[in-house]
Amino acid sequence: MSTRIPLPYGPKVLEIFRNPKNIGRMDDATVIESAGSPACGDMIRLYIKVRSEGDRDVVEKSSFESYGCAANIAAASILTELVNGRSLEEAWRISWKQISDELGGLPPIKYHCSILAVGALKRAIRAYYLNKDKPHWLPQDLTLEEKQVLEEEEMIERYYGSMKAIVDELK
Amino acid sequence: MRVSSKVKELLKEHGWPAREVYFDLENSNWVPREVVEAILPFFNERGYGHPSVTHKPGWEALEEVYLTKELVAKTIGAADLDEISFTHSGTEANNLAILGFIAKKDNRRRGGKIVVSAVEHLSVIFPAEYASQLFGLKMQRVPVDEYGFVDPELFKYYVDRDTLLVSIQLVNHEVGSIQKLKELVDVAKSANPNVVFHTDAADAYSWIPIDVERLHVDMMTISSHKIHGPRGVGALYVRNEVLLEPPLKGQLSVEKLWPGVENVPLIAGFRKAIEISFKGFEHRVSYVKALRDKLMNGIVSGIPEVLVNGPLNKGRVANNVNVSFLRIEGEALTVELSLHGIYVSSGSACSSRILEPSHVLLAIGRKREEAHGSILFKLSQYHRESDVDYALETIPKAVERLRAISSWKSC
Repeated sequence: MSTRIPLPYGPKVLEIFRNPKNIGRMDDATVIESAGSPACGDMIRLYIKVRSEGDRDVVEKSSFESYGCAANIAAASILTELVNGRSLEEAWRISWKQISDELGGLPPIKYHCSILAVGALKRAIRAYYLNKDKPHWLPQDLTLEEKQVLEEEEMIERYYGSMKAIVDELK
Repeated sequence: MRVSSKVKELLKEHGWPAREVYFDLENSNWVPREVVEAILPFFNERGYGHPSVTHKPGWEALEEVYLTKELVAKTIGAADLDEISFTHSGTEANNLAILGFIAKKDNRRRGGKIVVSAVEHLSVIFPAEYASQLFGLKMQRVPVDEYGFVDPELFKYYVDRDTLLVSIQLVNHEVGSIQKLKELVDVAKSANPNVVFHTDAADAYSWIPIDVERLHVDMMTISSHKIHGPRGVGALYVRNEVLLEPPLKGQLSVEKLWPGVENVPLIAGFRKAIEISFKGFEHRVSYVKALRDKLMNGIVSGIPEVLVNGPLNKGRVANNVNVSFLRIEGEALTVELSLHGIYVSSGSACSSRILEPSHVLLAIGRKREEAHGSILFKLSQYHRESDVDYALETIPKAVERLRAISSWKSC
């Protein structure tokens, strides 16, 4: 097997993995966004229904689907719990570190699970404002989480791109 | 929170499943009571001395080391007991074979290239890479086919007059392919009679008959924990004509290639495990093979979107089942199965940020997303048919739960 690394998960990861909240697709979602890919080994899809309350846009409900490890499923689950009922501005401020802390501190090798969850959330929030007036708190530049997710996805794209080139050449 | 406290809490949350079946014989193993009983006296009753010191507890230890050597030699067809060296693991035996061979200056006069297969254990690949870097040698990896076999015709092109060392395992540790090793050795030696051929037989020992004379290999690794012996003992067979430089330096004892005091209690346990494994060899292997077929067929026929990794039947070792469950990630499945008392491992990349799955599965042509969902089961004579029944009841439910959550939808 590949080189193994010990994974001292906290009990919270196991508890949520066993009973994740807000699972499954949502037919009336306002935005649906994914981060990661099966080739990367993890992919989170986030469904969010947004409701406008005056000048505030609020997460009425959210749900997720996850292809990934136990920490990945737990991170996505806790994220949906954290954003439900919050404004998109508040949701935007959730960091990967906060998700990791909520899970009792992920092992460093699993930080990318919370990065992926937050990356999917940030993509969803950007998608929501795509054809709307951008709120003042939404930055132009990509955040750390978004950059990391993009990097992981591009790395796999490059790998499959180069593999395809080799196969095409052999043909 | 300290790691120990965190894991303690984790275990509390996990709970003790009502039924437990351990299938992760690849990575570690439980030790049967009769083996433990063979080990215990050597801690404090007898043979606790240093086997090279002239007193009774030392001679008792020496006797035990040689009794085990005799048994190892007999079971692999070695002519001389001095050809068997104990190390403290299979990993160490592989390191000794490769680094010990390359470290000897005279051996490097034979050529400048090491050849290994693409599916070797990392304890072969890493020392081969390291030795190549240290001494400026070339290292080549022979590709394998979709079932994990090295094609002798293709292999011909890898061995030439510049090749000094070849290492190809007898049975693959992940996908269970039994190499046509005799043919590969013949190819190598006819291309270059000076080539030294090492084989990692850790996953072959006690599962297929082995005769080093017939195979004509020069070095061979075996490991105790792969046959229900204790962890902490391995052995390397080195043909008398092959000279090695001990890569570790320190006080030598019985073993002239591996310094440090021999681990006599565990060597005694290894001997017991060998005795058990070789008693009724053929009956045991066919018993386990029937369990393997039941498990593999049960999974493939009972669960959709499953791929078998490695040979389907012919050429597959009796104790190996390796399958990929598409649309779920292997680590999540190992955790889910653990909660139900089924202990397995995965070739997924769960433990690295770059998410690099098993090199063996990639080498047999599995896509990354297929390798990420792989699960390895290893069976032994200690499994009962009811264990397999329990696995076949539990796995479909576990797979279904994770697929229901999965963001990777079926086409």
